Amino acid sequence: MDDDYEPEVLIEVQNLSKIFGGKPERALQMLRDGKTKDEILEKTGQTVGLNNISFQVFRGEIFVLMGLSGCGKSTLLRCLNRLIDPTEGSIVIGGDDIVAMNDDEIREFRRTKAGMIFQNFALLPHRNVLDNVAFGLEIQGINLEERHTKAGEALKMVGLAGYEQSMPDQLSGGMKQRVGLARALASDAEILLMDEAFSALDPLIRRDMQDELVELQERLNKTIIFVTHDLDEALKLGSRIALMKDGKIIQVGTSEEILMNPSNDYVERFVADVDMTRVLTAQDVMKKADPIISCRSGPRLAARLMKEYGISSLFVVTQHRQLKGIVFIDDVVEAVKKDLTTLEEIVINDLTTIDLTTPLGDIIPIIADSKYPLPVVDQDGKLKGIIVRGSVLSALARKESEPIVA
Amino acid sequence: MSLRFSIDLPKIPIGQFVSDIVDWIEANLGWLLDGITEVLRFLLNGFQDILSFLPPLAMVPILGILIFLITRRDIHLSLLSVAGLLLIWNLQLWDQAMMTLSLVIASTIIALLLGIPIGILAANNDSVNTVVRVLLDFMQTMPSFVYLIPAVIFFSLGNVPGMIATVVFAMPPAIRLTNLGIRQIPIELIEVSDAFGATPRQKLIMVQLPVAMPTIMAGVNQCIMLALSMVVIASMIGAGGLGYQVLVGIQRVDIAMGFEAGLAIVVIAIILDRITQGLIKAEKPRE
Repeated sequence: MDDDYEPEVLIEVQNLSKIFGGKPERALQMLRDGKTKDEILEKTGQTVGLNNISFQVFRGEIFVLMGLSGCGKSTLLRCLNRLIDPTEGSIVIGGDDIVAMNDDEIREFRRTKAGMIFQNFALLPHRNVLDNVAFGLEIQGINLEERHTKAGEALKMVGLAGYEQSMPDQLSGGMKQRVGLARALASDAEILLMDEAFSALDPLIRRDMQDELVELQERLNKTIIFVTHDLDEALKLGSRIALMKDGKIIQVGTSEEILMNPSNDYVERFVADVDMTRVLTAQDVMKKADPIISCRSGPRLAARLMKEYGISSLFVVTQHRQLKGIVFIDDVVEAVKKDLTTLEEIVINDLTTIDLTTPLGDIIPIIADSKYPLPVVDQDGKLKGIIVRGSVLSALARKESEPIVA
Repeated sequence: MSLRFSIDLPKIPIGQFVSDIVDWIEANLGWLLDGITEVLRFLLNGFQDILSFLPPLAMVPILGILIFLITRRDIHLSLLSVAGLLLIWNLQLWDQAMMTLSLVIASTIIALLLGIPIGILAANNDSVNTVVRVLLDFMQTMPSFVYLIPAVIFFSLGNVPGMIATVVFAMPPAIRLTNLGIRQIPIELIEVSDAFGATPRQKLIMVQLPVAMPTIMAGVNQCIMLALSMVVIASMIGAGGLGYQVLVGIQRVDIAMGFEAGLAIVVIAIILDRITQGLIKAEKPRE
């Protein structure tokens, strides 16, 4: 989510509609006239799957299609690799018009450009894990040795090295979906189409898989279209989210935008019961770490700062804002009495620290037990902010779109 | 008076009509019928030559080992089969049994060669499926006995018409279960092959057939069992083997002869059934 580069459009969908049924012309016309899905079904007996959908997907993002069942999200996903042929509209991916492709071209596109991952894993029951992963490569006509090497690498990527010879029905749900993921990764396609990929997994495993997908994505930088009906999942994974209803996209935006500015009542109702403790992370609720003290300063300065700000503890950092530890008021007073010149003797290094991306839900039990504010650090151990009980409570109580950070 | 008048309505000449068709076929398609006869006879003779190449006492252990290998080391079945075959030899029905076995194997092979592709076609095409289903339903309402009539009309008497009737009779389960097996493959597995860019041919070979294989094997089992039962009935139009012994037993009211031949048929039926059942189990995904 860096803001400093101009996102490059990889997938451009324009005015896409899908009518299920024999002769779509009349239904399409009615759709253009603004008739509803139900009216069209009643008059023509045809079902509107997608209604005039346009959106863009940027290279390297996780784009989530979200909505309740029957809203058309899976249909839309299947239009992207033409498992379902759209009735009208265009889909341009990397400069090529998918809708205009003939059978051979679309086959080539599916083989090399877009891998797909399915809700119920869709592993071939008669093949072992390695040959399941190599399935796409086999279709491409790659020889046995090379495809086993590549499949082995893909398995390693998803943490299933050593399971090559297992059969699918010997694996747990989470492992099966890892195989599904590896199968899509093996052909090195740039785009991954994930259809409710984690919905069939139980909640704990699902969370693990979500974390792992995010981690994989950081390394591989694929463009992922992720279909889900679970808003929490959408918020956790999505760089941007498209909310769908009745075959239409209601709102596209980042999770923040959707939560804070629901574009209409439907979106608002949808997001009303979001578990905020999973949406908000440490960086959303932390306060600026001020004051802090350098490890080179002495106890007298520490004592003065504490008095001035009315606090009983102070975080100690290096010149580069690297977190060193914490000092407490009692020890500082003692040190002043003993006439020590540095804080080194009284710094307590053994601290619980919080990552920038730790969800609020995980922070709450820690802060409840902590006697001092929690330091939030980045990957390099630099102090980015602190979390006090008050900021957690105010974030949870927040109603309007007021900024969280004080 | 009026009643009598109605009886005088002209008879619809169905029999004459059919007879004309048969005449036409015999006059114009004789070469085809001869060709079919030659192929079937060649196949039948081939299997018969193989099965009677060695004397019974050499053949029994060979068959036992073969069964052991086919069933992936089912020692019980192998020993049971050897015992059964020795019993047949002891009853002096060996030659007839090998004749029956040849008829069954040759007929089954042809029935499968025709039935499985038709099943695949029906599974992938709804119009073909409709036609095939109507035909199969019609065929299954007919008593097996009736299949003998066209066989005799076109191929006269002997082993070959027996095989024709057997093929027609044994083919439906192969078609039906191939069709069923492919149609009940989960939609996601079909989508997987499409989504990864498989051609229709790759989809068939890499996904549809292997996934449907347990069901197809159940069809093969049914096909073999039906073939055996029809080969016995076909003795009425001159097919040889154990069925003929049973028929003679019935005609002469020779209980001993009829019973022994019947027992030999049961032995062969059990062996064939157990082998193919074993194959079905082997095809099912492992635990």
